[in-house]
Amino acid sequence: MSEIPERKPAKIILRELQDKIAQDAWDAKLRGEKVGWCASNFPQEITTAMGIHVVYPENMGAAVGAKGGGLRMCQHAEDMGYSSDLCSYARINFAYADIKKCEELEIPFPDFLLCCNNICNCMIKWYENLSLELNVPLILIDIPHLDAMECSADRVKYIRAQFDDAIAQLEEITGKKMDYDKLRSVMEVSQRSSQAWLKAVGYMACEPSPFSGFDIFNNMAVACVGRGTVAAAEAFEALAEDYEALAKEGKSSFKGEEKYRILFEGIACWANLKYTYKALQSRGMNLTASVYGPAFSFIYSNLDELMAAYSYVPNSNCFERELKLRVDDAINNKVDGAVFHMNRSCKHWSGTLYEMERQFREQTGVPTVCFDGDQSDPRVFSEAQYDTRVEALMEIMDENKRAKEGKTNA
Amino acid sequence: MRELELLKTIAASPKAQLEKTLAEGKKVIGVMPYFCPEELVYAAGMAPFGLWGAEMQANESKRYFPAFICSILHTTLEMGLRGELNALSGIMIPISCDSLKGMGANWQYGVKTVPVINVAYAQNRKIAAGDEFSRSQMMKVKGELEEICGHAITNEDIAAAVAVYNENRAAICAFTEAVGAKPGLISAADRSAAIKAGYFMDRKEHTDLLTALTESINAAPAPVWKGLKVVTTGIIADSPELLKIFDENGIAVVADQIAQESVDARYPTPVTEDPVLGMAQRYGRIEGCSVLYDPVKERGHQLVDIAKANGADGIIWVMTKFCDPEEFDYVPVKRMVDAAGIPLLAIEVDQQMVNFEQARNAVLTFAEMLG
Repeated sequence: MSEIPERKPAKIILRELQDKIAQDAWDAKLRGEKVGWCASNFPQEITTAMGIHVVYPENMGAAVGAKGGGLRMCQHAEDMGYSSDLCSYARINFAYADIKKCEELEIPFPDFLLCCNNICNCMIKWYENLSLELNVPLILIDIPHLDAMECSADRVKYIRAQFDDAIAQLEEITGKKMDYDKLRSVMEVSQRSSQAWLKAVGYMACEPSPFSGFDIFNNMAVACVGRGTVAAAEAFEALAEDYEALAKEGKSSFKGEEKYRILFEGIACWANLKYTYKALQSRGMNLTASVYGPAFSFIYSNLDELMAAYSYVPNSNCFERELKLRVDDAINNKVDGAVFHMNRSCKHWSGTLYEMERQFREQTGVPTVCFDGDQSDPRVFSEAQYDTRVEALMEIMDENKRAKEGKTNA
Repeated sequence: MRELELLKTIAASPKAQLEKTLAEGKKVIGVMPYFCPEELVYAAGMAPFGLWGAEMQANESKRYFPAFICSILHTTLEMGLRGELNALSGIMIPISCDSLKGMGANWQYGVKTVPVINVAYAQNRKIAAGDEFSRSQMMKVKGELEEICGHAITNEDIAAAVAVYNENRAAICAFTEAVGAKPGLISAADRSAAIKAGYFMDRKEHTDLLTALTESINAAPAPVWKGLKVVTTGIIADSPELLKIFDENGIAVVADQIAQESVDARYPTPVTEDPVLGMAQRYGRIEGCSVLYDPVKERGHQLVDIAKANGADGIIWVMTKFCDPEEFDYVPVKRMVDAAGIPLLAIEVDQQMVNFEQARNAVLTFAEMLG
């Protein structure tokens, strides 16, 4: 007998919640409320506590890429003069801002922009241009890249000052006042969501993992856009329950036998998601580690810690902390190999990927391969290259498995 | 113009200049773009040494950076990996762009002999908290430099260094103004070399040479100029081969908005009781560079103003390949330039370029259009 509770599966709850959050923003816009475009790692506690609706161009970029519109939108941005060298999420968004239409997904146009560069400085340039293009105010919270394992006191102070400044600017733009009791409550709920999300993805450590790791890419959207709401916290708790129930029974939503467990490094190739998934799944390779999903968990117990938490997102950390995240993830989740995505869109992530791969391999003893791709521009990805690399990884993992079994038998 | 020949020699032979400085018994600190607090190095009695890449083929660096990172970083790392910069006592690497954020780690693990001094600045540069953060980070840098030089860096030393750098910036501005006023007298390549030399030599000496050169220019009769006058914009425009194409086509650079050239020079450090705070405030004032937060694209307004003030026929955007801050700026800034009715040509450049024919054709066409 399955122990899965009698309710909708959590993944359905999450999908519905994601749709509701998007619809709420449209409804707010129709009511005449001010709606913003927001960077994925901007402190959502502010907008959630103030009851301000925001939407996320990065999520739109991912969704448009996944639904096949990436090439068309990127090419439109290139026709506007943007280099194909630039981030494909940004190009998709520039195209949308220009033509005001997108058959794959549309988001309400913004009255203001909320930018945060903890993931990349590219965000700053992107939002600067949007601000001009759409003639709407831009609020930036600058979170400088860390040069040490911990976020220093001067950084916390600087981020806090901008946090307070952002609230003041938003109050002026939207006419809504910050309720600091509500902020505390949102912070608590965000902790509940983050812990539940971490607990859910933590089940990847089970053997077999109770789910296909690519599900993270589908479920993480709510972790990004709604983690300050009770509904999100409940949805992630439900997800953790579902995974726990499957894990107890030794079952998995991964199709086929989990022969190998792998770490997938980097942002998904949304435009080639099915192919990248199938190539692994058909060989019995399940994704059981990725820092990308858990990235949308922010653990803190007070406002100063909140500031530091937003410095610890992947891409904002110093190299050593980034490496530790991956090594710990690989060890805890018992991976047999790792696939590194050299993401053409992301100069920061890709800029240290070779060294990351080397040190990761040295510290874990796990074989790795690297492939070229892009988060939403399908032109960069080559099926043949991906297949060759994945095949090579499988051969090494096969060999390692045989050697391990030989040792055990001996 | 003897001074010009000296400056050109120094600009063309940074390695010889490095050896000369080391032979004088000075410790040398590498300084990467952009806007690192060089004054602190100078105040410590050490020599800052500009690292803006080099015209060379990068091979070793490809073990660290993917191909789509700019050549400034690739070739700087290449020099480090080849051991050509082992004599440096440290290297200052800022976090001004996403590619630079990876440079620190790649250098740290690739070039183990030269320690990295990380330089962080506030991007929210117009608020007091931004100044305070930038100052705090400069104090951190100061501490790391003190460890290298082995003694304390006093406020008096810093104030004196600030004065030296302010004089140098004023000298660069006076030089570019003099060159711009007499097109045809100093070639584009020579103009660039005269400014670039400052990155490899004592700023006082650079000021003296440049001031003497400026006096000579001011004293010389203005040639009859029938060519074009342009303003350059971008990160770096120091390729002699590229600038030769300007000269071949009768194009004079009358002013620039190049990060390596006038962008830095336009902004003196305010003299404050706490000189490090003044340095932080200076950073907050700089405009015209794509790696600095610029929500209203002041860069575009400034570029139009510079072009108009100098009677330029057009603007040449020297686009560093794979530089995403520049590529982002290009669309809105071009729109602003277009709206002002100023012709603009963008040429993509890379320090690993060996074939300049595409650039030659583009410049030739641009010159014909404007001529």
